[in-house]
Amino acid sequence: MAESGSTADFLVAPAALPGRPGESRWRLFARTAFPFLVVGAIWESVARAGAFPRKLFPTLEDIAASFWRLAADGIMLHHAFDTVLRLLAGFALAAAVGVAVGVAMGRWRRAEDVLLPLVSIGAPIPGIAYTPLFLLWFGLGNLPTVLLVAFVSAFPIVINSWSGVKAVKEIWVRAAQAMGADDRRLFQKVILPGALPYIFTGLRLGLAQAWRILVAVEMLAAVPWGLGWLIFGAREFLDTDVMLAGIVVIGAIGLALEKLVFERLERYTVVRWGMMKS
Amino acid sequence: MSDAAARKRSWRRAAAALVLVAAGYEALARSGVFPAVLLPPLPTIARTLAAMTADGSLPRHALYTLERVLAGLGLAVAVGLPLGILMARFRAAEHFLMPLVSVLMPIPSLAWVPLFILWFGLGNVTTVLVVFYAATFPMLLNTWSGVRAVNPLWLRAAGSMGARGRALFWKVMVPGASPFILTGVRQAFLRAWIAVVGAEMLAGSDWGLGWVIFDAKEFLNADVMMASLVVIGAIGFLFERLVFGSLERATVMRWGMVRAAKA
Repeated sequence: MAESGSTADFLVAPAALPGRPGESRWRLFARTAFPFLVVGAIWESVARAGAFPRKLFPTLEDIAASFWRLAADGIMLHHAFDTVLRLLAGFALAAAVGVAVGVAMGRWRRAEDVLLPLVSIGAPIPGIAYTPLFLLWFGLGNLPTVLLVAFVSAFPIVINSWSGVKAVKEIWVRAAQAMGADDRRLFQKVILPGALPYIFTGLRLGLAQAWRILVAVEMLAAVPWGLGWLIFGAREFLDTDVMLAGIVVIGAIGLALEKLVFERLERYTVVRWGMMKS
Repeated sequence: MSDAAARKRSWRRAAAALVLVAAGYEALARSGVFPAVLLPPLPTIARTLAAMTADGSLPRHALYTLERVLAGLGLAVAVGLPLGILMARFRAAEHFLMPLVSVLMPIPSLAWVPLFILWFGLGNVTTVLVVFYAATFPMLLNTWSGVRAVNPLWLRAAGSMGARGRALFWKVMVPGASPFILTGVRQAFLRAWIAVVGAEMLAGSDWGLGWVIFDAKEFLNADVMMASLVVIGAIGFLFERLVFGSLERATVMRWGMVRAAKA
């Protein structure tokens, strides 16, 4: 499993290409926009050339139009909101259980011996493979979706929290004990901050995995609202423009999750405590 | 307590945990709280697994799935590797591709399934393309960081000893970047393995492990689902351990780029 390895499991590409020193903001913007213009132009010319039916290969104008239509009457927002809610509910569940289990495994030998074999057997099976089973057990809709998201994102969280606690330097623990820290303070002041970079990596990986399967699970579980369902439902009506508009929103949410949530969180905690360089 | 005794106790506890979970499951399955079709007892699952293996259907499903994964992974390596090297070597390529990659990567590969179904129909093309989409990014990014991480000192040393172009590339850069590239292939496989199962559920036509699980739901065949889950897990595990493990030993470890963890 991916621990905090060399190039961990990215959700978003690293380094948003920092500008060269002395490069103006405008140039940076132009440079970043250029590839999108090229790809957009190619797309548009293929769409307009009429090689494919326009219904299947809509122009950018069509896509933008359906995006505005869906955005204006709040339908897109409702879909996006429900998807994000499911992601957060599942992820919160996974984070609460996963960190607790992982830390327990790191702290107590007994817990490690009992739980590690179960985790190592469960981890290599792709979470999405459980979907039909969860659908049979819990029916269609929100419950199996949230549970699956939680189940999938729990594995990296458990594994990383566990290795994080084990990676806390023995000498810090002994130093704290020698200075008279009791169990609770040892845990709060030494073990938790020490394991935090790993735990964050785990949370990040967990969120990335949850995000990757949530859309598909929404398609399979026939939830009433949700971006996955929006895309999948649009297939019935050959609404390619709606699908592409949905994919754009999915990409935007994924990007925002990483940039706004995790990079911030990291800056406020582990970087501030000096556990990790920004 | 001595180390050996501690290890022995760990093994005993691990075995006890597995037996306990299996027994708990079996008790729950037999108690009749849940219908047996939804929660089949372990012997039933084992029998289904044996029967499906004996009549050749399960191996055939697995073969189809493996074909799709390997085709998609092969495509991803064929595209991701050269692009990653290009991006690391040429600034213009990096400036052009990186913004596109950063925007495309957060889109889950499975979100493309409905669109691909419309474009390419159900079946192989769609599943292979989805696998390709899932596997390309880890391949590309790892290659990119691997080539960038090649020690400039090695490049200069080789250059001053007269290595040029092709030799510099094959003898210094590729081996230097190989640990990253291998990590890339590994991650790409993990992603591909998830993507293929999802894609087969949504776009499979008649064969494939993902398809068989999803199809079994229609007939409430929970034992078929569990049997396929076992096979999916086993194949994923085997690939990770055997294929990539031996690949690593044959390349980067032999070249001395990484060492095996100490026992």
